[in-house]
Amino acid sequence: MIEQVRGLVADHGGLAVDVATLAEDTDLYRAGMSSFASVQLMLALEETFDIEFPETMLSPKTFSSLGAIQAAVQQLTGATA
Amino acid sequence: MDAQPDAPVDTKAAYLKDLLGAGLLIDTGVPGVYGRSGVFEDVITRFEATVTAAGEGQAEVMRFPPGMNRAHFARSGYMKSFPQLAGAVHSFCGDSHAHNDLLQAIEGGQDWTGGLTGTDVVLTPATCYPLYPAVAARGVLPSDGGLYDLQSYCFRHEPSNDPARMQLFRQREYVRIGSPDQVLEFRQLWLQRGQALINRVGLPYQLEIASDPFFGRGGKLMAMAQREQQLKFELLVPITSVEQPTACLSFNYHQDHFGQTWGIATDDGSVAHTACVGFGLERIALALFKHHGLDVKAWPASVREALWG
Repeated sequence: MIEQVRGLVADHGGLAVDVATLAEDTDLYRAGMSSFASVQLMLALEETFDIEFPETMLSPKTFSSLGAIQAAVQQLTGATA
Repeated sequence: MDAQPDAPVDTKAAYLKDLLGAGLLIDTGVPGVYGRSGVFEDVITRFEATVTAAGEGQAEVMRFPPGMNRAHFARSGYMKSFPQLAGAVHSFCGDSHAHNDLLQAIEGGQDWTGGLTGTDVVLTPATCYPLYPAVAARGVLPSDGGLYDLQSYCFRHEPSNDPARMQLFRQREYVRIGSPDQVLEFRQLWLQRGQALINRVGLPYQLEIASDPFFGRGGKLMAMAQREQQLKFELLVPITSVEQPTACLSFNYHQDHFGQTWGIATDDGSVAHTACVGFGLERIALALFKHHGLDVKAWPASVREALWG
């Protein structure tokens, strides 16, 4: 799943760095993701994984790293890594 | 300016009724679109003079009309964040047959706007939006950056019976463009100046970290990010509600959003950062009338002195 997440971050995160080199805990905002890009990423994640982030998860923290995103998606799909 | 839920309807409607009854505002039949009396305008003119004095004549004065270049508006990203507030100007561009259809629709009480075509003009959503492309067109900034004094009517599509939430209203702004240090120093300076100005005219206020009314579910995410980074402060004054005071001034740090969007460069080749202070002129006038009464001649001497000297 992490590679799928990585692909979506590459497509929607608007990062200036190569997404392939990111560690799972690299802060995506520090890597250049704007808050609007994080919205685009959120919508793409919902479409790809057929999920809807509840209000309580709509915070920058949820989308702050590849690992955080994976954990959030797993929580909503009930999947394990 | 703010993203707060509306206060109970009755206090807003009651204050609006008072303002219309006193002739300070003039009803047009559309919520949030009002005429202003001479007295109302004089209060705004006098308050603006205190803002001008606080600016110490250091800014370049520019005045843009309340309509702006549609392409510039689109490039600015406004529709990403606030599509629900935007207003675009449409005009009739058809032939005689289309004209006939238009007149028949009006005659029949139907929607007659379907036959109109979008023009190159959109209504200005915030006073500083036309500034950035104009500054970018001049090329590299001078070494001390830029400082601009702006005022314009703005449009936001949010019909309301709250007199403090108009659809057409004026913002006075100072905008700083330069390095991060320069623009943050500017914002800090105006946080002090803004509070001093509001103190002088005898209004109670509180200063808060704030966010813009971003659209949709993603908007919540953007608003939280804006708050976490403390990009926006608002000076709030109770007008129609004590629990939900109204943002009368805002102090905004845009980081490099407009610098990136418009390719504005500082003299060392970096992307420029921007910040602005905005005064909601109608809201300030409404706060003054609320706290000091509808008769300006009966306002406290200190307030009259501050405004009329």
